[in-house]
Amino acid sequence: MKEVVVISGKGGTGKTSITAALANLWDRPVIADCDVDAADLHLLLDPDIKKRYPFISGIEPVLDKDICTECGQCREVCVYDAIDDGYSINRLNCEGCGVCFHFCPVQAIQLQDRECGEWYVSDTRFGPMVHARLGIAEENSGKLVTLIRKKARSIAEVKQKDVVLIDGSPGIGCPVISSITGASLVVLVTEPTVSGIHDMKRVFGLAAHFKVPVLVVINKADLDLQMAQQIISSCRENKIKIAGQIPYDPVFTRAMVQGQTVFEYDGGKKCPVCENIQSISDQIQNRLLVSEMNEEIMEG
Amino acid sequence: MKIAIASGKGGTGKTTLATNLAKSITDRSVILVDCDVEEPNTHLFLNPNIEKEQTVSTFIPSVDMDKCTLCGRCTVLCQFKSIINIKEKILVFPELCHSCYGCRRICPEQAISDGQKEIGTIATGMSGRVRCFIGTLNIGEAMAPPLIRAVKKAALNNGISDLLILDAPPGTSCPVIEAVKDTDFIVLVTEPTPFGLHDLLLAVEMVKIVNIPFGVVINRSDIGNRSVFDYCQCNKIPVLLEIPENRKIAESYSQGKLIIDTLPEYQAVFRDLFGSIEMKIANQEAAA
Repeated sequence: MKEVVVISGKGGTGKTSITAALANLWDRPVIADCDVDAADLHLLLDPDIKKRYPFISGIEPVLDKDICTECGQCREVCVYDAIDDGYSINRLNCEGCGVCFHFCPVQAIQLQDRECGEWYVSDTRFGPMVHARLGIAEENSGKLVTLIRKKARSIAEVKQKDVVLIDGSPGIGCPVISSITGASLVVLVTEPTVSGIHDMKRVFGLAAHFKVPVLVVINKADLDLQMAQQIISSCRENKIKIAGQIPYDPVFTRAMVQGQTVFEYDGGKKCPVCENIQSISDQIQNRLLVSEMNEEIMEG
Repeated sequence: MKIAIASGKGGTGKTTLATNLAKSITDRSVILVDCDVEEPNTHLFLNPNIEKEQTVSTFIPSVDMDKCTLCGRCTVLCQFKSIINIKEKILVFPELCHSCYGCRRICPEQAISDGQKEIGTIATGMSGRVRCFIGTLNIGEAMAPPLIRAVKKAALNNGISDLLILDAPPGTSCPVIEAVKDTDFIVLVTEPTPFGLHDLLLAVEMVKIVNIPFGVVINRSDIGNRSVFDYCQCNKIPVLLEIPENRKIAESYSQGKLIIDTLPEYQAVFRDLFGSIEMKIANQEAAA
């Protein structure tokens, strides 16, 4: 089974719209939205939630003011300034290290599980979907991503599906690292802008660090042909293949407003970008086949 | 005065707004702080003349096995499983460590001392009249908040500015909180699409948790639909500025140029935006 992760470094390059289009094209893949911080894929896929689970990760301290003698020990040992001078715990600052609990001389602090969000197993018109909502201002997004990927893989195994299609988050930090570690392929959606190229190169570095192969998609490719050429050169330098280019087209926004993929928009009348995406999809599938063959050769 | 530029959704125009705003205000000394340390981009538009670059490190435990008695207290205390006991040896996993110093404090043998893990860099330099501070997270490093904390601190210690503009990372989780907290005003940049609206709702929830006055800038304001406008109106959220879709803006952005260089009439627009933010902050203070 293969895990294909769509990421971009820079936000707003079209990750989610392209992920939805691929989900539409492929044979009912298992879909995972790992952009747990600002999940949007459900707006296009309209999942029917079958099961919800609380996401519990880490601990949080609870201070009993009746026992507390206000000795100041906890405030001294907390490096996050999470306990104020009135001995209230600031949940925003607390990282859940539990040091205050260990050093309280009168056991006024207890630790309890911290509920950081919720995650769901759903059905969509394109296949089963696992997604989540990280609580606002919460931590541990990486652990939630790991959990979602694990569930998506197990659904794929049970339903004998070959592919898990993952929508990732922007950036290169915690949730992105958890999204790509051990994945089969990163599909990097970039755009021909200085920011797009800068952020793409950092994702190259990240993917190399975690040894995940990369295919690049240049979205809004005709916005700036010179910048598009720079992307192509940079990919060549880094020996990274380009799966295809998609011209700038307002159809993505129009389809989004309708809650549809570009393939469904306008009654399924094939729009010009549909052809580009079809060909990109073929490139991705070929790449997966090639890597599978290589693995068989290695094993054989 | 500290103004944070944030958004739930990525790619809505945070950096465009932060850089153009910083450059449009000429009657104050302005510091621009790039808090999007995973993917910092402000330098691409401002090309600051970098004077100084420093590395930022955080604490990780360094264990002296000669002193360690394998009592296991540090491994019990550590909530992040970043210090564990395997086969009579204490192993440290730097990538899991949150630098809480708990292990060092609890060790009865003083076997743990300060080790260091480099997480990124802070660069500073001038772009014309604007002083820039740029945090850049090392590739492969998961935790952005400590670096965001460090870059904000470096900018604040600079001490000669009356206006700090902070370019925040996208989203609503811990890195964003670190960037926006302790500011005087948050500008939420969005676009009028279903994704833009959905992520704006999350960003508004986030802003309410940190309890900082805020307003919305709607970028590419004539694409998509009216739902963002309706939402702001219904909830009495001030729309501070609308920037219509413009091929010229998109092209200048793609080449790393500021809007105010391509379309100079926008300088007055950004000054007006700053004026209305100033007024909102003053009103807030008067009400308090």
